Amino acid sequence: MLYNKENIIAQLRKEILTLGGCKAPATTPQERDPFAFMNAHFPNGAFPVAAVHEFVCGSPEATASTCGFISALVSSLFPPHSAAVWVSEENYVFPPALRLFNIEPHQLIFFHTRSTKESLWVIEEALKCKGLSIVIAELKAINFLQSRRFQLAVESSGATGFLLNLTPKKLTTTACISRWQVQPSPSSSFDGLPGIGWPRWNVELQKIRNGTKGSWTLEWTGATLQPLYESKGQPLEWPQKKVG
Amino acid sequence: MNDRYVSVWFPFFKTDWHSRRHPAWRSVPFVLFITQHGRKLISAANPQAKANGLHPGMVVADAKALVPSVIAIEEEPSFFEERLHKFAEWFIRFSPLISVDPPDGLMITATGCAHLWGSEENYLNTIAERLQKEGYTVKLAMAGTIGAAWALCRFSETSIVSNGAEADALRLLPAHSLRLPDEATERLQKLGLIIINDFLSMPAPVLRRRLGKTFIQRLHQALGLEPEFLVPVTPTIPYEQRLPCLEPILTRTGIEIALQRLLDTMSRQLLSEEKGLRLARFRIFRTDNSSQAIEIGTLKPTRDSIAVFRLFEIKLSGLYPEPGIELFVLELPLTEALSLEQEQLWKSTLTWENESIAQLVDRIVNKIGSEAVCRYLPAAHHWPERSIRKADHFLEKPSLPWNNDPTRPLRLLPSPEPISVTAPVPDYPPMLFRYKGVIHKVCKADGPERIEQEWWIQDGLHRDYYQVEDEQGCRYWLFRAGHYGEKESVQWYLHGFCV
Repeated sequence: MLYNKENIIAQLRKEILTLGGCKAPATTPQERDPFAFMNAHFPNGAFPVAAVHEFVCGSPEATASTCGFISALVSSLFPPHSAAVWVSEENYVFPPALRLFNIEPHQLIFFHTRSTKESLWVIEEALKCKGLSIVIAELKAINFLQSRRFQLAVESSGATGFLLNLTPKKLTTTACISRWQVQPSPSSSFDGLPGIGWPRWNVELQKIRNGTKGSWTLEWTGATLQPLYESKGQPLEWPQKKVG
Repeated sequence: MNDRYVSVWFPFFKTDWHSRRHPAWRSVPFVLFITQHGRKLISAANPQAKANGLHPGMVVADAKALVPSVIAIEEEPSFFEERLHKFAEWFIRFSPLISVDPPDGLMITATGCAHLWGSEENYLNTIAERLQKEGYTVKLAMAGTIGAAWALCRFSETSIVSNGAEADALRLLPAHSLRLPDEATERLQKLGLIIINDFLSMPAPVLRRRLGKTFIQRLHQALGLEPEFLVPVTPTIPYEQRLPCLEPILTRTGIEIALQRLLDTMSRQLLSEEKGLRLARFRIFRTDNSSQAIEIGTLKPTRDSIAVFRLFEIKLSGLYPEPGIELFVLELPLTEALSLEQEQLWKSTLTWENESIAQLVDRIVNKIGSEAVCRYLPAAHHWPERSIRKADHFLEKPSLPWNNDPTRPLRLLPSPEPISVTAPVPDYPPMLFRYKGVIHKVCKADGPERIEQEWWIQDGLHRDYYQVEDEQGCRYWLFRAGHYGEKESVQWYLHGFCV
């Protein structure tokens, strides 16, 4: 009896999620889920695609780290050669660096706009586009109305939006499914050799609809995202470092 | 040969043009003159002036002596040629092929046009009524050859002659109605051959020997024995759809319906010929004789009428339909081959070559401009600013492999920003650097990577790049311009932010 009730409640919860615009992943999880360590925090137990994620970037260094984290997400979540666009007002992205994340830079389409108004129009058009998987956008400001429009656009098209909010002083409530903050973290060199190791970030999941907050220290090891610390400083197993 | 031609003749083109602007001049003698060798010669006279015995070629002083009240105005050189050309462009509503027939006529290729007005009589009447309403005296004639139409228009009361009956219709017209050179006309007069019937049955070699090659050519062209070609004022566009309206259209809904219909017809035509459009122009012709156009371009050949409609939709608000649109024209100046298989392939692929992405890019390009969209390809340079280039063509594939160097920053500053550093000489990374007033203590560093100037492009110092990490873990891409010791001070720069 109790078992049945739990089942029904789980079923109803799923239905509520669907009504709230968060679709359960259509495909079965991959053999080796790259986000196994994070999945407990997400609704439906998987990274929410077909949704808009907000990233708070306070400094140019943090913006670079955020771009790196998004590239790592794109590289591990989506099949290779997925269609992606990058919308920005000022062009700072240096495409060759995307090779570090196994993304082919020439397959990325850049839209350079002249004003925030134009950016908003372009982002919405891109999010509505059915053939597009990933929309990465840099915005100086975002309000609830705009984010709601973006959320409605992705619910019908199935694209995943990554919004970089470049003015975190004016944080407002948004309709985005999550809010993340990524800060650079000191890297560790390979076996004590001099030089800089793999990129490492402190990733904080500040807000997630129908999920729980979390924070991690992650390292991009050239092919996968590796967690180093779970929140509250609980050390996980250290990954084997490769030399070179 | 089922060609049909309409010759339009304005006997008082120049004076009518002025009379439209000064209605009072319509009822008084009025002439235009040109100055030639210091003499004022009449170039055009209105019907009142002609009735009073004034005719072109007369000197204005003589005309004033005959009719003291005559109004004489100087004609601007080549002004009426331009007017006639404009007129020909306006005539496009009656046929797509209009040519100028200087000095005072137009030639319409009316093949397959007249039935849209019910019959050839109605066609000619519609044209004549429109022109008379505008205040022009006009004569029209329709025939199967250009020569016959021209002759009938100017020298006969018959206005329509069916194909093959030109010879009979021309029989009684004067010889110079065949658009002959002056010497041929003079010789015919000397020979007593006044009307066409006098020499119509003579053998061609006899006439050629006495009257020249042009004469025979003109005669044969009038009779339809030799082809004649016209140069239309607007170049013909192979893909063109027209939609005339019975009532002037004023509303956006009306314009949208017209555009949709034109696009549907066009996409069926393109499908049957396995073509796709790259450029499309939507023109409207208003009842006040002005026209407007909006143009869109696409990245890839397409014949998806809905997608093209959405591109036009953005620009429709730029059209001003007041006081009403009477004709819509859709032209495709540029088309490319697009096979069915290719179309299917672009629709099904999930990468950036997908059809829907091309449509998205088209919408953005047509709204913001082509500079807004770009893809980057590797270029054969090590200098960071030159190591990437914009793709020339949206579907261009890279011809070189990408540089896999992991030290490249993900965010590169458009121009390097100077920083002040504390660094051991000669080639160590800095220990400290100050950027925008904040001091960063360098904990780890990689480098140097020396990138030399490309002397064939630009002179200057080489750069020694370092990737450094500060205490917080922020990673930067710095460089030193030039060697120590060459100059007193060596400048360091920050060029990018690494992930």
